[in-house]
Amino acid sequence: MPVHLPDTVDAAVDALASDHSATILAGGTDLMVEVNDGHRRPERSVVVVNRIPELRSWRRDPIAATVTIGAAVSHREIETGPLADLLPALAEAARTVGSPQIRNAGTLGGNLGTCSPAGDGLPVLSALDATVELASSSGRRTLPVDEFMLGVKRTALAPGEMIVSITVPVVEGWQGYAKVGVRNAMVIAVASACVVLDRSSERVAVALGSVGPTILRCPEAEQHLASTIDWRNFGVSSDELATFGELVSRASRPITDHRSTAEYRRHAVGVLARRLVRRASSNELAA
Amino acid sequence: MTGRTSDSDHYVLDVNGEPREVTDSWLGESLLDVLRDRLGLVGTKGACEQGECGSCSVLLDGVLVCSCLVMAASTVGQPIVTIEGVAPVDAPSDVQQAFVDAGAVQCGFCTPGLVMAVHDLLERSATPSDTQIREELAGNVCRCTGYGRIIDAVQQVALARREPPQAGGGR
Repeated sequence: MPVHLPDTVDAAVDALASDHSATILAGGTDLMVEVNDGHRRPERSVVVVNRIPELRSWRRDPIAATVTIGAAVSHREIETGPLADLLPALAEAARTVGSPQIRNAGTLGGNLGTCSPAGDGLPVLSALDATVELASSSGRRTLPVDEFMLGVKRTALAPGEMIVSITVPVVEGWQGYAKVGVRNAMVIAVASACVVLDRSSERVAVALGSVGPTILRCPEAEQHLASTIDWRNFGVSSDELATFGELVSRASRPITDHRSTAEYRRHAVGVLARRLVRRASSNELAA
Repeated sequence: MTGRTSDSDHYVLDVNGEPREVTDSWLGESLLDVLRDRLGLVGTKGACEQGECGSCSVLLDGVLVCSCLVMAASTVGQPIVTIEGVAPVDAPSDVQQAFVDAGAVQCGFCTPGLVMAVHDLLERSATPSDTQIREELAGNVCRCTGYGRIIDAVQQVALARREPPQAGGGR
């Protein structure tokens, strides 16, 4: 049975077009767990996408103020180096993924393709209003990341289609990611949050992970904080911060499962979001 | 089509600098299983098979990965280094010797994966702090040692590489 190792997107989508049941393999850190557990077995063919130079690279567009990251760029590369300076919240999220071995293999496109509610990169992509570029043999299309992620491990990816890249706006202001789990290293998020404070447009974005079927935004909490925060130094009164945390908790839709309870998760996302805002203001005071 | 296509049940891997033929593999078989069960390279250990324990760590194209999470047929053409490729049996590497000297080996099951991870760590960072060592080795689980002596072993190697022992000075 064929294992395709294409080096262009065109070659990859040709292989996908010839077998709609083909399994797409990037870093393997999600897929192979399912294969090893016997929950999933590639049927007829595999298309390996992480040798395609377009997917392995990233570029900055200074005019559009965006960074476009190839789908097969690893968490390790996002965690360190120039990408970490451009997208600090994404770097923080990447740093919390698995172990060094997992971050070396796992990719941002794979995080999105798996679309687990606990995917660490996903709240950051949502809060930054990232877009996803998809390719198939009939051409390319671009979707907002919030329209790509449909539910628990459900995406808008059509048969024969693959993720090419993710484009993320570079924001002037502050951004951060935080998560809670049972320990610091190697942990799947019990609850996670990303906060973006965009100073140039005076806009707040808050996105939550592991507290709903997919990543959730918090429009009421965002509006409340945007109208009460001091945009010069990100200062906010403790009363307003408490209300903000309440609104974040209220936006969550958690369930109780083997990792945690709905009640704890609802509480935890509020704490995480408040903590991130406090971090932003103390960061400003220190500067 | 550009790129290559390999056959899932018959391919050749580049392991420790040698071409190794794999036959009768199944589609989706992990590199860990191919190394151990088909190529007889049992130094690489398998335990969790979900990337949690690190005992199956190998270098793939120079990058430390869990071989249980690598589809073997996807590695055609990429160099693979396993624990057998680190040093000959009778001439251990500095990291292996330091593990013995520091008492960082008890049952030994996690040791091959840890040795791979420590070689990789010291390539990238010659003078790691204890915190950095703990973070870098977070993906390698040891249930015997409590990690203290493993960290001692890493620091011994880092020190010895900075200040090679004087000739005639003994160990």
